Amino acid sequence: MADPMGHHEQYALHVNGHTLEVRDAWLGESLLYVLRERLGLMGSKGACEQGECGSCSVTVDGRLVCSCLVLAATAVGQQIVTIEGVAPVGSPSDVQQAFVDAGAVQCGFCTPGLIMAAHSLLERSPEPTEMEIREELSGNICRCTGYGRIIDAVQRVAVSRRDGGAR
Amino acid sequence: MSVIVPLTLHDALQALAEAPDATLLAGGTDLMVELNAGHRQVTDVVSLSRVADLCTWQHDPVRQVLTLGAGITYAEIATEPIAQWVPALAQAARTVGSPQIRNAATIGGNLGTCSPAGDGLPVLSALEAVVHLRSATGSRDLPFDEFMVGPKRTARLPGELITGVSVPVLDGWQGYSKVGVRNAMVIATASVALVTDPAARRVRLALGSVGPVILRCPEAEAAAATAVDFHAASVSDSAVEHFAELARAAARPIDDHRSTAAYRRHAVGVLAGRLLRKAFPNG
Repeated sequence: MADPMGHHEQYALHVNGHTLEVRDAWLGESLLYVLRERLGLMGSKGACEQGECGSCSVTVDGRLVCSCLVLAATAVGQQIVTIEGVAPVGSPSDVQQAFVDAGAVQCGFCTPGLIMAAHSLLERSPEPTEMEIREELSGNICRCTGYGRIIDAVQRVAVSRRDGGAR
Repeated sequence: MSVIVPLTLHDALQALAEAPDATLLAGGTDLMVELNAGHRQVTDVVSLSRVADLCTWQHDPVRQVLTLGAGITYAEIATEPIAQWVPALAQAARTVGSPQIRNAATIGGNLGTCSPAGDGLPVLSALEAVVHLRSATGSRDLPFDEFMVGPKRTARLPGELITGVSVPVLDGWQGYSKVGVRNAMVIATASVALVTDPAARRVRLALGSVGPVILRCPEAEAAAATAVDFHAASVSDSAVEHFAELARAAARPIDDHRSTAAYRRHAVGVLAGRLLRKAFPNG
């Protein structure tokens, strides 16, 4: 991203439980840009950069948002969780595993955002109806699956959590 | 470039007094789109999303007034307790963007951007909302229809910020409808808010996306007020059709990339008629 003002700044963000220094940043950068290009966290995807596609979804202080619409410098002091913070590599969360089991992943580009949105949905509504799932995931666009298997994956998690499955 | 993130209203007003022309950033769902695309350059930004004083609401049960802080999000407006007091605003909130957008987007930001397509705005117009503005040196209140002066133009002065908006809590039915290409993530092609006030024997109608500002429809409102029976919740089919015609006549739509003037004019008539029928279901 160009820096029309020539000003570079340094600040720190709390991401996935760690305090990370952001150096030589232009203050106009989005959180998505900072996560990917300054901090090397490539899990959040950039597609539309206007909040339409949801592939950059993260939580900021527990709220699901599009990281492309957050001015990174305003998130200083807030708790940011990205897809990298959902579960350690090699031991997927129940939602991640359900996406694999249900065949809800095709090209995979939308998957990180959908996993973030699905976790957020299931925290607020443990047993969502299909309509509720469609509504709650309406900000995440997938061009491969047709959504059927994604909805199936979310429903599988709801059932397994109800039946006492591990997260 | 500078970014200031005040946590109190006092600090926000101070920051704005020092940089009266600073760009105000609320939920970011409008400004960041322009920034990411390089369509807008900013020098000083004052971020309002973490100003705790702006993220509160008050319901006055005696005066029956609800005051929403500018930082109240559409996610909050769409749910209880706020939704019960302003059902049409809650309906409008549910049509905004997606869960991610509603978690970020605020009523103050919607007012600040003041697009004719802003989903909250027809409802605020129909409710005859009052916008609260404040600067380091004073405060003033403006009726919504005086606050919005053009497409994306407001009466807010440099150094002022929107602290909130007050709306009456009314007994009667109210609703919001919009037309767009899909249910989620859609900017209104045409939108209509209808508010009934049985105590005042009034029906209030406001149109969005069909003019440079939100348009009230005094002729349609007057016709409805005489045609409806508040007690029986009834209105005749011919009165509904007349109401729709007057709504169509009040529209001042244009052709643009989203739709045509002809379609928009047609659509607001359909929506206005449907809303009047919902408000007065008996024939």
